[in-house]
Amino acid sequence: MSSAPQLIASGTDSLRESFGKALTRLAPDYPDVVVLDADIAGGTGVHHFRKAFPERFIQFGIAEQNMMAAAGGLAAVGMIPIVTTFAVFCLRAVEQARLSIAYSNRNVKIVASHPGLDVGPDGGSAQALEDMAAFRAVPGMTVISPADATEMALATKAILDFQGPVYMRTGRSASIKVFGDDHTFEIGKGQIIRPGKDLTIVACGVEVARALDAAKLLETKGIAARVVNMATIKPIDVALLAQCAEETGAFVTAEDHNIHGGLGGAVAEALAGACPAPIEFVGVKDRFGESGEPEELVQKLGLGADSIAAAAEKVLKRKMSR
Amino acid sequence: MQISATLPIAQQATREARLQVPPRELAATVEKLSKAARAIRQTAIAAIYHATSGHPGGALSSADLFACIYGAALRSGDDLTRDRFVLSKGHGAPALYAAGAEFGLCSVKDALSLRKLGSKFQGHPHVLDLPWVETSTGSLGQGFSVAIGMALGLKMKKSPARIYTMLGDGELQEGEVWEGAMCAAHHKLDNLVAVIDYNKLQSDDFNASIMGLEPLGDKWRAFGWHVQEIDGHNIALILEALDRCATADGKPHIIIAHTVKGRGVPYMENVPTWHGSVKMTVQQTEDALRALGVAESDLKKWIEGNV
Repeated sequence: MSSAPQLIASGTDSLRESFGKALTRLAPDYPDVVVLDADIAGGTGVHHFRKAFPERFIQFGIAEQNMMAAAGGLAAVGMIPIVTTFAVFCLRAVEQARLSIAYSNRNVKIVASHPGLDVGPDGGSAQALEDMAAFRAVPGMTVISPADATEMALATKAILDFQGPVYMRTGRSASIKVFGDDHTFEIGKGQIIRPGKDLTIVACGVEVARALDAAKLLETKGIAARVVNMATIKPIDVALLAQCAEETGAFVTAEDHNIHGGLGGAVAEALAGACPAPIEFVGVKDRFGESGEPEELVQKLGLGADSIAAAAEKVLKRKMSR
Repeated sequence: MQISATLPIAQQATREARLQVPPRELAATVEKLSKAARAIRQTAIAAIYHATSGHPGGALSSADLFACIYGAALRSGDDLTRDRFVLSKGHGAPALYAAGAEFGLCSVKDALSLRKLGSKFQGHPHVLDLPWVETSTGSLGQGFSVAIGMALGLKMKKSPARIYTMLGDGELQEGEVWEGAMCAAHHKLDNLVAVIDYNKLQSDDFNASIMGLEPLGDKWRAFGWHVQEIDGHNIALILEALDRCATADGKPHIIIAHTVKGRGVPYMENVPTWHGSVKMTVQQTEDALRALGVAESDLKKWIEGNV
């Protein structure tokens, strides 16, 4: 359980910067770590690593399929390869991640920057809204989406200590500070980061800060919304979801991703099996993105705190009518 | 993990050493490996018969290459020093398992469990079932990239090991192969040896009709590779070509081995039908095994799987 989160406006590191710096800090303790890049190190945050450890930085050029499968080969001879590219180009190499990494159970970490609408002006072609769904469907793949720079740094260490394939989202935009220095991170564990009894908002990535804002909005209306930070999408924390179902009886999920197959899908699957409860899904509603600043896109496509709050009121009505 | 030895490093002939091998000894090696190749063909055909599916054409075209790679090229050692072989054309699994049986990595009985429920000898190789296959393959192009990753990693660790990988010709139509070709040359992976089983046929038809590959040698030369083109059924030439891959001049090595699809079984040779996954009849299997030198009195035990 973390300290009470504070929503301090940006100026803090983007998630990709936090990842790149953490990886570079940790590298001396993990001599087998090598970084794989497809000509976008400056975009993924690993330019810090390249500068500090040029001999452990492998350039693959703009060729993600070869990079992804070669990571499997590097792991086979004892390296811990960190595959870095944009989330949308990870989608290009899902099949390589499936066969040459997951099916072979290789200790490879795929770290994807530029996920979701957070990409902004580059537009629909560049906004990966399907990556968590695709990687979640691969057996043995752990899927993680940290919420702020502090959690990203903790998650970076956690994936290096974890044995097995991981897909982790970073992010492009300056991040909003959610957690204090006493924050902890454990793969597979969600956290209640704001108490509440009326419903539970389950969020990951950049939506965690918006979920907390939504809870404040709801509070002004007399609704006590619990907020869960679900940084691990797979394996999802079923025990915590079941506990929240018992204690609050209704859910909203919030993610910068298609509402199909990502966090919302994972929560729905878990609850259907453990403790059915009404759910509303906040995310991109099965469409592609478009150009615009992230905050503009969040408003237009309904991923903001107001949309989460509206979904909460809707699910509360469903809960009451049961 | 210690892979059972084929030949210890000390006994490995480098190119220079092999050139000093007296002709009689070379002849004995060729004779030994020819026998091994024949055994690989027999086991692969029997396995495909028992599996009631599988790709016989490519198993037969690649058998001599398998015999030379497993019988003469691969050097044993610990995880840091041992050579590795990756079958990028994963559908060649029947020949890979047959080679494993011939060189003591599994039994013939194991190889005949190809494609059966519960068998570790799946339709395409899986490393979690069989550690000695080094990586799981079956989606064309990927094994080549995995081999590149192994070569990169072992070079970073200053290992003397070499990585061998076999690709099919149709496989070269995958874009990933050319991503890898650029990558291996860029990173100067002279510890990487790729062998193309160039039998000119792929699933539906001849390469030339589906998507032409020529001029193939020029393509690889243009990508910065050390290229050799040989008769992929001539054991002595295969051995010589493999030896020449010992040079460490910064270029990755490719052996374009011209082969005949279905080699050794006349009714299969150069007939596209026998590329694909096929169900073989008893008659077809017996005809094939006869052509591959199985004695009349032994046919029954192969058909019954009592080997």
